[in-house]
Amino acid sequence: MSLKAITANRLIDGIAVWLTPAGRWSESVYDARVAEDADSLTAMEAIAADATKACTVVDALPIDVKLEDGLPVPTKNKERIRALGPTVRLDLGKQADRLGKAA
Amino acid sequence: MYRYDEFDETLVKERVAQFRGQIARRLNGELTEEEFKPLRLMNGLYLQIHAYMLRVAIPYGTFNAKQMRMLAHIGRKYDKDYGHFTTRQNIQFNWIKLEDTADILEDLATVEMHAIQTSGNCIRNTTADPYAGAAVDEFEDPRIWAEVIRQWSSFHPEFSFLPRKFKIAVTGAPNDRAAVRVHDIGLTIKKNAAGETGFEVMIGGGQGRSPFIAKTISEFVPRDNLLSYLEAILRVYNMLGRRDNKYKARIKILVHEVGIEEIRRLVEAEWENLKGETSVDLPAEERDRIAAYFRAPSFETLADTDTGYEARRFEDRDFRHWVRSNVVAHRQPGYAIVNISLKPTGGIPGDISGDQMDAVADIADAYALDSEIRATLQQNLVLPHVKLSDLPAVYDKLAAAGLATGNIGLAGDIIACPGLDYCNLANARAIPIAQQISDRFADLNRQYDIGNLEIKISGCINACGHHHVGHIGILGVDRKGEEHYQLTLGGRADDAAAIGEITGPGFSADGIIDAVDNVVETYLSLRQDPAERFIDTLERVGHTPFKENLYGPKAA
Ligand code: HEM
Ligand code: SF4
Repeated sequence: MSLKAITANRLIDGIAVWLTPAGRWSESVYDARVAEDADSLTAMEAIAADATKACTVVDALPIDVKLEDGLPVPTKNKERIRALGPTVRLDLGKQADRLGKAA
Repeated sequence: MYRYDEFDETLVKERVAQFRGQIARRLNGELTEEEFKPLRLMNGLYLQIHAYMLRVAIPYGTFNAKQMRMLAHIGRKYDKDYGHFTTRQNIQFNWIKLEDTADILEDLATVEMHAIQTSGNCIRNTTADPYAGAAVDEFEDPRIWAEVIRQWSSFHPEFSFLPRKFKIAVTGAPNDRAAVRVHDIGLTIKKNAAGETGFEVMIGGGQGRSPFIAKTISEFVPRDNLLSYLEAILRVYNMLGRRDNKYKARIKILVHEVGIEEIRRLVEAEWENLKGETSVDLPAEERDRIAAYFRAPSFETLADTDTGYEARRFEDRDFRHWVRSNVVAHRQPGYAIVNISLKPTGGIPGDISGDQMDAVADIADAYALDSEIRATLQQNLVLPHVKLSDLPAVYDKLAAAGLATGNIGLAGDIIACPGLDYCNLANARAIPIAQQISDRFADLNRQYDIGNLEIKISGCINACGHHHVGHIGILGVDRKGEEHYQLTLGGRADDAAAIGEITGPGFSADGIIDAVDNVVETYLSLRQDPAERFIDTLERVGHTPFKENLYGPKAA
């Protein structure tokens, strides 16, 4: 199995979020909990199902990630764009906040 | 311009209140996402990659300065200070919060706007010629009929759960600027031998996965029978359209599978039943009442031309070029139709900032009769009625707002859907391809030399970017995780509508820019004279020389 994380959209504002090791939802993919095997993915999916039922998130689904400098990053184009923001507006989305924070 | 009557106003207000309740029940868990999704889609609210997206209808593309200012306000207060004009006379906001949506719809309702029937399997926003009421070649204003259709179709109980979405377009001019042949129903207003007004009715056009050019089902339906005829078509579709397979559910598939003759027979039979005394057809008084809203604005009696305008055209080359590409003759002497390009060089097609929206609103208030604005099918805007004498001022103000790019109908006037940068269904990005092509053709003189060229790009087979009907069409696909682009040539959406043909193997993201350049160079080397447009040269010489230059002689 390739490494997996779980992403979703927050119900109230639609913002893309990732499930964290603490069982919360972060706006940064870097905070995502990474499943290395089927068991931990199953456990994460159960948490996501509860969060869906509790109306915290919608459309939760597992995505492929890899580790870069120890941090999870998505491998698929669409998931990379979700994690960063539109490639045509670098001033918008998470990339804008994150660049701001990193500075 | 059409104004809401009390009936519309009440309906829209009730709908907003109802949706507010539905959102509250979704947020507190009374509604599941499965239950809520169809309700939010009915109100134009999609969930996309980064956030919710709200699609707001601009019925038949007509709106005004006040409404534009409201769109600027929505962008500023609830989004990230911009909006995206689509190819269907809608505007989309990309960063909407569910919790704000009822407030947004309430704000929109104060200027008679809404997001009803911008999504779902109902009759969608009816589109019309953006030059309606101003074009030289127009028989009759198509918006009267688009409005008649809107009133008939809004919340129509029988047609709220069709097999699939349903799109209607109307043109009142023989030069089709509403792409009627790629809609589920296309209507062209015409006169019969007896001089009566009616419609040529075409059905089964569409793009998406299986593109079709519409077929004529009736050469002439008298205008007073339009609604009963449309109702007959919708009934036949509702009964026979496939509900088992979403990809085969559009009327185009039904027409293709059953044949236009059989569909015509069924529709005519249904129509016989519907035409009687109690039919849905509008009484003449009602038609006249609606038509009155679209009466021509109070034009002044002016000379054919204006000396100040002529002088500026003589002195200022940029102004001259802008007039040549963006200004179109008006039916009324002394007036002009002004196109506003939302395609700055290297920009994002259709995007407009809040300040730019306000600037367009200010210009419309100062110089456009009735402050009227139109949205086009090419993701641009139009000021339909501007005095020639005001053109220099309009140009200066547009230029100050970064809205005076003189490229309408040229290589830089590219249509692109949101693609993978925003859209959940996308396979590849569309906007960056548009930006790179736009940069490649940045030299306006080169664009003027090339002449009319329509480049259209979609990020997936749903074809929101109209690639099937681009002179040059580009379709983004996913090839083993890489963005890859197919090239089609020869599509067109006008009165000679055609679906483009794939040239051959696709291209990488970089390769597609060179491929477009290559196609344009082939055209320039083959055209008989500068007046022969790309599409005409292609028709004359065929696809082979273009393919040879793209792939080498053997491949073609
Ligand atoms: C980003 C959210 C969007 C979604 C989810 C979406 C979804 C779709 C889908 C699923 C289809 C195919 C329908 C079918 O063939 O049955 C379609 C077609 C179409 N959409 Fe979109 N679209 C989006 C944005 C846009 C935009 C931005 C435009 C204009 C630039 C647009 C205009 C159209 C048009 C013109 C068609 C083809 C006409 C036809 O239905 O045959 N859409 N869209
Ligand atoms: S064509 Fe595909 S990628 Fe583009 S907006 Fe439509 S659904 Fe999205």
